[in-house]
Amino acid sequence: MEVVSEAQAPDTVSGEEGRVRSGAAAEDKLVVRNLYKIFGNRPEVALQMLREGRDKDEILKETGQVVGVRDASFTVKKGEIFVIMGLSGSGKSTLIRLLNRLIEPSAGEVVVDGVNVAAMSKSKLLEMRRHDMSMVFQSFALLPQRTVLDNAAFGLEVRGVARDERERRAMEVLDQVGLASFAKSYPAQLSGGMQQRVGLARALASNPSIMLMDEAFSALDPLRRTEMQDVLVNLQREHSRTVIFVSHDLDEALRIGDRICIMEGGRVVQVGTSDDILERPADDYVRAFFRGVDVSKYMTAGTVAQKEQVTIFDRPEELVGGIHAALERLRLYDRDYGFVLDQHQKVLGVVSVESLIRCRETGAHRLRDALLPELGATVPSSLPIEDLIRIVVASPCPLPVVDENGRYVGAVTKTVLLTKLSKGVAP
Amino acid sequence: MSEFRLPLGEWVSLLVNWLQDDGSGIFEAIGTVVETFSGGIEDGLSAVPVWLFIGAVAALGLWRKGWAFAGFCVLAFGVIVTTGFWDQTVETLALIISATVISLLMGVPLGIWSASSKRVETIVRPTLDFMQTMPAFVYLIPAAMLFGLGRVPGVLATVIFSMPPAVRLTALGIRQVNKEQVEAGISFGCTPAQLLFKVQIPGAMPSILAGVNQTIMMALSMVIIASMVGAGGLGNDVLAGISRLDVGLGFESGLGVVLLAIMLDRLTESFGERRAKRPKRGS
Repeated sequence: MEVVSEAQAPDTVSGEEGRVRSGAAAEDKLVVRNLYKIFGNRPEVALQMLREGRDKDEILKETGQVVGVRDASFTVKKGEIFVIMGLSGSGKSTLIRLLNRLIEPSAGEVVVDGVNVAAMSKSKLLEMRRHDMSMVFQSFALLPQRTVLDNAAFGLEVRGVARDERERRAMEVLDQVGLASFAKSYPAQLSGGMQQRVGLARALASNPSIMLMDEAFSALDPLRRTEMQDVLVNLQREHSRTVIFVSHDLDEALRIGDRICIMEGGRVVQVGTSDDILERPADDYVRAFFRGVDVSKYMTAGTVAQKEQVTIFDRPEELVGGIHAALERLRLYDRDYGFVLDQHQKVLGVVSVESLIRCRETGAHRLRDALLPELGATVPSSLPIEDLIRIVVASPCPLPVVDENGRYVGAVTKTVLLTKLSKGVAP
Repeated sequence: MSEFRLPLGEWVSLLVNWLQDDGSGIFEAIGTVVETFSGGIEDGLSAVPVWLFIGAVAALGLWRKGWAFAGFCVLAFGVIVTTGFWDQTVETLALIISATVISLLMGVPLGIWSASSKRVETIVRPTLDFMQTMPAFVYLIPAAMLFGLGRVPGVLATVIFSMPPAVRLTALGIRQVNKEQVEAGISFGCTPAQLLFKVQIPGAMPSILAGVNQTIMMALSMVIIASMVGAGGLGNDVLAGISRLDVGLGFESGLGVVLLAIMLDRLTESFGERRAKRPKRGS
């Protein structure tokens, strides 16, 4: 009996969750219709040219007007996490700023709860920003001279809420993001992840129905990023807020997004659930984005090389006692191998802890004497991944990757390669 | 062709003459305000007993910079008092303070305005260049003609000379405030005034304080020159030293200026430093 009920419990939960989401699907929270943004002094000219079917580069060349967003249309449903994805320069950050008019739209509509934000009066817009729509920023954008508490209470302060009331509310949201004990600290005293929690608390304090998040977790390390994604998803489930989340990270989009909107060159290429997009990608761009197999085809040694992987030593010729320093650095970073580079960043070879110790015992002074002759072959950065795999598997030490001028660009290890590949195939 | 000469100088003196004749009421009013203000500051400062004054500055130095600087302040004032230049130093300090206050009252708002408007900036920038590069002595002539000899033309010439850094560094500071912080302010519903006072000015504070420091230092150098129109203070003694070729007098009064400059510079600078440090991220 117990086994059965245990098995049923999670089923029911997920069923309910699904129902909540599909039930909410009926209600449109935010509708974007034919939204354009042209940067420059003559947007009408550029708009006219776009209608005539001219492309972005032509318009830039002929009129000097930059097309930021062109003809974007999509609908965000109440209570969903809607991820806008694209590479840098695809217009995603511009698009999210058009929604609360941090950037003025050139044409089109942004309809929130039936009201067109793009045509709103200044005072109405102010009201909406204060009560209904808040924003979280990539660089956190906390005010450094204010305490965590005052930062969290900022939106309420601007709105004119009395000190006692706004501090009580700010403490409440700080508690929700787990930072209540840091209320009196300053942002500079917190780590990046904690600072973004403050950013999140600030956005939650006014209890908005829509939250805009511009690459909110991109500046955090992977561990903190996942942690913050969990915080966000939990908060969103509890209050069924509508979240519009800009990201360039595929993992992030798949992890938290109920639906995903893909942008390229200022256009919305496709909108759908991750499954929709994976199964029926609208074009090659979307396919390349999502299909790991294809992505790995485009990957080369240069794209997977990492700089932090292995320690580097500069200018070996001049280094008397370079052997000791090299040993010390390898120990410090807990590595077995290190690359020796000359002052032009050219790879001279590989040394190991053993070879260095051997050298020290024989009394040699030059780092060059410790180079391992059998290792240190370099890999060109243009080498396709498929070819790289065989070499990496055969090599006992990390492989130095060099550019076309023979300069060091980074290193590939088995772990790095596997991580990159598994990421590419994951969906 | 060589006979033609652009009578620019004549025009300027005509303008000043016209101002003198027809605008005397305004200038009298301005003069009275400035005289009352700077006179009040001087009376206030000289009413403070010497020991209390030195003690207060030393305490400030101790708070901002530490023991060594506090000791230096006591020593510096000791030299000034024992060489007999105390009254002149207080007079000079009063001139500096009144000129700086007026400069900041005009310069900071002007800086904020020019940071927010391209059009204002295109007018303000060349004007500031003009104000800063025109030889300082030149201001003294019309100032003395319009306001007579004494403290007022000295203070006003000093204001013109020392205001540019306040304007420039305020504008620079406002423009350099982190873009996302400004966006955050707007996105949480700040009115333009709220944005200015809650986000932009606090963010620009280190730069604004650097401007205050620069203004004070510029005022100090100009106040000495202003003694030529009878502004008084240490400048009188410097001037006397020059005209009498009295090396000793020149050195003693000059040293007073140097000591005053060091104290003012380090103290005002320390206010900017502390604020500048805070925003740095520690991880």
